[in-house]
Amino acid sequence: MAILRKLSTLLGGDQKADRVVPPSGYTARLTTFTAGAMAFLAVFALALSLATGRLADRWSAELARTATVRISAPQGQMEAQSRAVLKVLETTPGIKSARVLTDAEQRKLLEPWFGPDLPLDDLPIPRLIEVVEESAGPDIEGLRLRLAAEAPGAVFDDHTRWRQPLVSAASRLRLLAAFSLALIAVSTAAMITLAANAALSANSTVISVLRLVGARDTYIARAFVRRFTIRAFMGGLFGTLAAMLAVFLLPAAAEEGAFLTGLGFVGWHWAYPLLIPPLSAIVAFWATRAAAFKTLRGLT
Amino acid sequence: MIELANAAYSYGGGDILTELNLRLAPGSFHFLTGPSGSGKTTLLRLCYMELLPSGGQVNIFDTDVRNMSRDQVANTRRRIGVVHQDCKFLDHLTLAENIALPLDVSGRDAEAELGNLNELLSWVGLSKRADALPPQLSGGERQRAALARAVIMSPDVIIADEPTGNIDWEMALKLMKLLVELNRMGKTILIATHDLNLIRNVKSQTSARVLRIQNRRLQLAGADL
Ligand SMILES: Nc1ncnc2c1ncn2[C@@H]1O[C@H](COP(=O)(O)OP(=O)(O)OP(=O)(O)O)[C@@H](O)[C@H]1O
Ligand SMILES: [Mg+2]
Repeated sequence: MAILRKLSTLLGGDQKADRVVPPSGYTARLTTFTAGAMAFLAVFALALSLATGRLADRWSAELARTATVRISAPQGQMEAQSRAVLKVLETTPGIKSARVLTDAEQRKLLEPWFGPDLPLDDLPIPRLIEVVEESAGPDIEGLRLRLAAEAPGAVFDDHTRWRQPLVSAASRLRLLAAFSLALIAVSTAAMITLAANAALSANSTVISVLRLVGARDTYIARAFVRRFTIRAFMGGLFGTLAAMLAVFLLPAAAEEGAFLTGLGFVGWHWAYPLLIPPLSAIVAFWATRAAAFKTLRGLT
Repeated sequence: MIELANAAYSYGGGDILTELNLRLAPGSFHFLTGPSGSGKTTLLRLCYMELLPSGGQVNIFDTDVRNMSRDQVANTRRRIGVVHQDCKFLDHLTLAENIALPLDVSGRDAEAELGNLNELLSWVGLSKRADALPPQLSGGERQRAALARAVIMSPDVIIADEPTGNIDWEMALKLMKLLVELNRMGKTILIATHDLNLIRNVKSQTSARVLRIQNRRLQLAGADL
């Protein structure tokens, strides 16, 4: 809150303190541009972080819940083995329920590959049993051994094998995106510090004259801080809006492409990027303030 | 007001000034003379804290300059008007804005003091040049403007470094008259100058003392002036 109050007095009043430091032409535009570019990157890092977060959550939720048992057996043994498997599953702790997929369901699963008119009965298609696990999950190795004993044609597939790496990849990606955001913030601070130091040394004569006529450090610092805060805010605003537009205009694709096009923001998550311009302003505020006071301490 | 006790200053080599003892009493009028390069400007800079003594002690308004916080230094400078030898203006501000700068930086309402500013401008003969930028002014105009800036805060102490160096005799006398008047109002005044005629002129109007820097030390000049 104190920061907000400081920011608002800074942006509001005292045009005069601004006048005492000469306008600085193209360095000002460079600062605005860089702040804008950083904001643009930040929006994408944020989108990536949110999207991978969603993905990881969804996958790990599904992953925790379901598994399948696939039974491949000669026609005659199919029924017996199915029953045996169900019996094993029923008596396994950590399994909530298990049921054999109906022919219709199985046909639907195969449809994308073989078309709608699949003569299911004539083909040696494995039987699928859908298993819903409890959150703790069963002892997979024990279950596999028992299944092998009771129904030699049954294979327990807990999806973990192929999904777990995806979930870790998604989580890692989210971490990287968050790290990128932090890097962008630190780079913005560094860039503003460099620009502020350049402005301070370009105006060293002005600063020493102001000190000599009785200006306090805060008065002098304010003139610089105000400028850089406004520049960082405006640059941040333009960069953020441009990037939000770019994200908004990403072509929408169906489910299959969800990983790529899922990069957008969902619902109220659109509000997140709007935090970037004020954050950019706050970073500039503190960076310039620190640079200004450091310079001023070197003068009498 | 300003007191130097055994103060010394060195820019890094040997001492430029040593064993400085000086007490500027309230309402006093002092001249400072000495050959070029003897350290007049250096002594004045010690008096408004642009430099801190490398030895001894400098007290301003009864405070040791070494114990002042940065804000205290700023506040103290508002009570000391200085005409710098090289004027020290902000080249991107107009003359009027430069003269009003001490008001602005101390948070006083420059608009409210507009009458004061205009009066000062006409006093130093610069009313017509109010909107000019400092680089467009002659040396004499700059010095007059610097004096206007030095007195606009109506400070307790006025320090001037060669304020009449580039000014014709008549204008110099006029500026001195302003300073003598301010001195009569109780201001403490310290002026560095080479111009012995100027000193004689002021001494005929008021009791001014003349200090002289010789061999890095400060002496009271004899009555021959
Ligand atoms: N910033 C500085 N660094 C090093 N030496 C300096 C510096 N400023 C002045 N000096 C030296 O200190 C000595 C005194 O300088 P100062 O400016 O005080 O002389 P001055 O009496 O005011 O001379 P003038 O009458 O020409 O104005 C000179 O020898 C000068 O070269
Ligand atoms: Mg000098």
